Amino acid sequence: MSGTCEPMMTSNQTLFSYVLRLADDHLILSQRLGEWCGEAPTLEEDLALANIALDLIGQARALYAYAGQVEGKGRDEDQLAFMRYERDYQNLLITEQPNGDFAHTIVRQFFISAYMDPFWRRMEGSTDDMLAAIAAKASKEVTYHLRHTSEWVIRLGDGTRESHERMVEALDDLMMFTGELFEMDAVAQEMLQLGVGVDALDLKAEWQHTVQTILQEATLELPKAGHMQTGGRMGRHSEHLGHILSELQYMQRSFPGLTW
Amino acid sequence: MTRTPDQHDQHDQHASQQSLQQAAWAAAAAVPDPEIPVVTIADLGILRSIALDGEGCIVAQVTPTYSGCPATNLIQQMVLEALNEAGFENVRVESVLSPAWTTDWISSEGREKLRQFGIAPPTETSNSKRALFGETFVTCPHCGSGETERVSEFGSTPCKALYRCLACREPFDYFKCH
Repeated sequence: MSGTCEPMMTSNQTLFSYVLRLADDHLILSQRLGEWCGEAPTLEEDLALANIALDLIGQARALYAYAGQVEGKGRDEDQLAFMRYERDYQNLLITEQPNGDFAHTIVRQFFISAYMDPFWRRMEGSTDDMLAAIAAKASKEVTYHLRHTSEWVIRLGDGTRESHERMVEALDDLMMFTGELFEMDAVAQEMLQLGVGVDALDLKAEWQHTVQTILQEATLELPKAGHMQTGGRMGRHSEHLGHILSELQYMQRSFPGLTW
Repeated sequence: MTRTPDQHDQHDQHASQQSLQQAAWAAAAAVPDPEIPVVTIADLGILRSIALDGEGCIVAQVTPTYSGCPATNLIQQMVLEALNEAGFENVRVESVLSPAWTTDWISSEGREKLRQFGIAPPTETSNSKRALFGETFVTCPHCGSGETERVSEFGSTPCKALYRCLACREPFDYFKCH
């Protein structure tokens, strides 16, 4: 609504794509976390996961609204979030992975928060005023997500034999989705060159440092990087995204244009 | 120096614009926060500015506390209604993201109102916001004891954490630094 941010002097299509994929990351992860509502191990954790999901949906809304503005075809945040097909979503594959047990949810959130924390901090220096403004808010919020998940990683890793084993399993299962975090495709490259986007590859060392520091305290180890699954940025998803969308889009598909 | 009639007009116009803005600010500033009604949106630093645009429209700028704060839309609606009720017909409410809202903008009056309501205001030494496991010393809003512990980083709203007092045993909300 601010109207102060003119679209960049770049091909709007690239900027649209860049903002949209970031929005997709946050929407899908938020939807996943929302599945825990009423089901988390304790009331406090129920509130925590819902609060993190709320932060993510807020970030997604700001990003979708901006993407719609950049696209200039009159699509609003709801149309972008609810009225696209599976292959049009460009979220990172890790965001759509099932909640699994609590260890899987925590490791997924920890991996992503350790990535988004430096990502948003750098984005605060973007030449795109709107992305910089969204980043300034998001970077404060993700600090809490990283701290919260770090505490759980340590508590579970350095906990009972069972919690430790479950954490090892979750790390093994999710490691293959972390390679995608640091990929730089043509869209990301162009945005970086224009000073709009973040150099994802450059975040890898910081991510590894954060993750390894916490894992060490948790008596856990980062699994060796083997085969890395990729494709989310090209719309090639795991089998899970379709199921997420069928639930997420149900109301808008049943009653197109429905509003509160 | 005597003014020409023209200058008089300009001066009067300027003065009336200022009083309009002040009246509009007073109306908007009185809007209570929907989730913590003891404080106003001005106390919390959510109301950023009131201005008159070129067409005589009152433009109120508000900023969200957290990106996903569900009260954001409601606050915009309430500001609009408060201004209409105060007699301003031509009103626009804008949301601004930058600069990002911080708890440093909560007025000292607002902090005191929070404490009296049973919510510990944010600690003022906010230099450790980024610390991964930064220790926060929170004083119990009920008995004033510093012997408190955190129950959960996330509380009843995005802006609050859950604490308990080890002295008086009462649980309480802490408005976290942001």
